[in-house]
Amino acid sequence: MEWLEQILASNAIFNLETLSHYGAGLILTVKLVSVALLIGLILSFPLALMRCSDNPFLSKPVWVFTYIFRGTPLIVQLYIIYYGSSFTLQDTIVWPIFKEAFYPALIAFVLNTAAYTTEILRGAIMATPRGEIEAAKAYGMSWWKRTIRIVIPSAFRRALPAYSNEVIFMLHASSVSFTVTLVDLTGAAYDIYSRYYAPFEAFIFVACIYLTCTFSIIYGFKRLENRLMAHLKPAPSN
Amino acid sequence: MAEVAPLVVRDVHKKFNELEVLKGVSLQAQKGDVISLIGSSGSGKSTFLRCINLLEVPTSGEIEVHGEQIKFLTTRKGERKPADNRQVEKMRSRLSMVFQSFNLWSHMTVLDNVIEAPVNVLGISKKEAMERAESYLQKVGIWERRNYYPAQMSGGQQQRAAIARALAMEPDVMLFDEPTSALDPELVGEVLKVMRSLAEEGRTMIVVTHEMAFAKDVSSHVMFLHQGRIEEEGPPSKVFDNPDSERVRQFLAPKY
Repeated sequence: MEWLEQILASNAIFNLETLSHYGAGLILTVKLVSVALLIGLILSFPLALMRCSDNPFLSKPVWVFTYIFRGTPLIVQLYIIYYGSSFTLQDTIVWPIFKEAFYPALIAFVLNTAAYTTEILRGAIMATPRGEIEAAKAYGMSWWKRTIRIVIPSAFRRALPAYSNEVIFMLHASSVSFTVTLVDLTGAAYDIYSRYYAPFEAFIFVACIYLTCTFSIIYGFKRLENRLMAHLKPAPSN
Repeated sequence: MAEVAPLVVRDVHKKFNELEVLKGVSLQAQKGDVISLIGSSGSGKSTFLRCINLLEVPTSGEIEVHGEQIKFLTTRKGERKPADNRQVEKMRSRLSMVFQSFNLWSHMTVLDNVIEAPVNVLGISKKEAMERAESYLQKVGIWERRNYYPAQMSGGQQQRAAIARALAMEPDVMLFDEPTSALDPELVGEVLKVMRSLAEEGRTMIVVTHEMAFAKDVSSHVMFLHQGRIEEEGPPSKVFDNPDSERVRQFLAPKY
């Protein structure tokens, strides 16, 4: 660890204190993004199925939802939820939750990613080969069984490349959370920039952290695609 | 006492908007019958087959599986549809279908394709389904390919996998919808060989086909459809060698 101490001693900006500030920012970003993605993904399955329904009472509300959340900037959605909640929810029982910036930010991110993921899944569901659905019907599967056993597994695989894009996009989009007092990665970088007035060091360092995160996301999806997309690979040689 | 026929279809009509594709077609299959439906493209034979398991809902007409009649109702818009989805699902699980374009589930291996419906529709144990899968995949000659995905196999192998999938349901009646029309002549041979062996085992089959030699040699009963009606039907010797209808004669005549 001698080299680390040398580096830390040789510069004025990166010391244990600032590094742990970045570290805390990284933890907040990862927590916010992963929880938002997880909830958003879970919500998007029923939403996408509703969106594909022939029944307008099911499909239209979802259309409106995705249109609104894809049609406005994430930062505007965040401001509406964060500042809006302080106007409307004060003195209600949920206020202790909303007064911390984390939850309004989480809600904005969940709704935003759910809207995009719903549309990604919708496209993938619509592209399910008709013949495969027909075969599922012909073998006596109910709508529910076809959906769970055939349509969703098949659609999820098709959606995977586009969804990896959405995950990376969410990671970067989460940087808007520093505008509502949260100290995420970008917030940490901003603090260090303003403290030392060292924009290059502060932001290039944080850019490298984002790149590393993105790299692990890409790697993770590559592994997942290798597993789930085996049916598109050439036959095993024997 | 006479055995109840596994499948009786009475006077099926099917209209697509104004176009009447089927104008009253009936069929009765006894156990062990192999019924071939032949005729030119557009004669309604595939539509008729799809009406049997309600992939198309007949505009009128009745379907009985093992004496149980499928119930229909008419919606407010005037469309006819099955009254009881559970009944339809149960009925479909007893009639398994083999499609022209195989329609295997592409994200599953051959083995998973074969055990899928027995486990998730019939509710048999996975162990029993695996035993069935092994015996039927052996039978169609692709047990070694059980871990392949559909896209990794030839058309003939895919169709044989699809036949194994149909067999694993241990259905009362098998429906074949032009099972060899998407295959080259060599692959047609391997699929027909499997189908012939099924016929010899005494399985009840309804086959829509353009393979005249197969229809003539293997079937117990041949129906020739023309413009949505049965133009001629009977044992293959009658329909092929001595048809009453001029249209059948013309259809079967050597073309070059």
